[in-house]
Amino acid sequence: MTQIISAISLWIIPALISLIIVFAVWNRVPVYETFVEGAKDGFQIAINIIPHLVGMMVAITVFRESGALELLTGYLRPFLNLINFPAEVFPLAIIRPISGTGALAITSDLIAVHGADSLVGRLASTMQGSTDTTLYIITVYFGAVGIKKSGYAVKVGLFADLVGIIASLIIVSFYF
Amino acid sequence: MVNIIWLALIIIGIFTAAIQGNLEAVNLAIFDGAKAGVTISFGLISILVFWLGMMKIAESAGLLKIISRILQPFVAWLFPEVPKNHPALGYIVSNMTANLFGLGNAATPMGIKAMQELQLLNPTKDQASASMSTLLAINTSGLTLIPTTVIAIRMTYSSANPTEIVGTTILATIFSTFSAIILDRWYRSRQRFRKNQ
Repeated sequence: MTQIISAISLWIIPALISLIIVFAVWNRVPVYETFVEGAKDGFQIAINIIPHLVGMMVAITVFRESGALELLTGYLRPFLNLINFPAEVFPLAIIRPISGTGALAITSDLIAVHGADSLVGRLASTMQGSTDTTLYIITVYFGAVGIKKSGYAVKVGLFADLVGIIASLIIVSFYF
Repeated sequence: MVNIIWLALIIIGIFTAAIQGNLEAVNLAIFDGAKAGVTISFGLISILVFWLGMMKIAESAGLLKIISRILQPFVAWLFPEVPKNHPALGYIVSNMTANLFGLGNAATPMGIKAMQELQLLNPTKDQASASMSTLLAINTSGLTLIPTTVIAIRMTYSSANPTEIVGTTILATIFSTFSAIILDRWYRSRQRFRKNQ
């Protein structure tokens, strides 16, 4: 299993790029010009994130540096140790279904403080990449068509987030 | 919701620091936090620019269309109530393809278009139909193959091996999406059972 995961991590990006290039050459796509045309949008998207991320990072850094975060994780640690869940990552698990920028900021902060290659950093990375912001997506998608009663959709979404978090914990603990 | 979280973090932080007598930490934190926000966003530029460029090539080369065609039978199975050549299916497939390649900005408009088409088929206009719930389940469980943003953050903070988490992320995504589909199916049959009572 570990070998499969390593192989995927190593190969998927080069494989995908090769596939795209083969298709492009096959269909006589002017690769470089097309690349530049699509790539231009990337800059604007990253710049547009700045106000959101600055706001969240300030809030999280203040929360952490004031000692409030340590009080919170210290309180949670005895319970979370029972299931081998690193207490530092717990705020991410809670915020992830609620706020996308908040989750991004917490993940960044965890990686900055604990290192990208620590257990905490790797767990945060996996959790961030494998789940999505349930409540935001429900609001946007259902709101766009005027749905007021979401029924069981919220429960399914949150359940998926929970499974993603637990799966991330188990997978990361075993693999690394 | 986001407002509450943001306010809570700042207010609790300042309050805690004041009580513990290390208010200078707050002053430092504000500027460090702002700097980090910009640093991370700048770190995202490189990956986003590269990835969107590659995706444009993929689109022009017809690769996305082929992937959509491969996904079609799977999508038809997931959304049995939607008639076979209904435009909703096309948008759903585009939404899933965009999600797979981490194109959140393309996935959302496609998803909304799909919702609009599904609303035309919806018998109860203010309540989510079964198809809508399924579409939502697929989206919120996260369908990304390559977590480009996370990789970019790891690179910004000097990871020795930024992409090592890709395999674990894909595996975790498979579990979360799979569980979403299963639970969604269960709720669906329960609702159908109740309707037939």
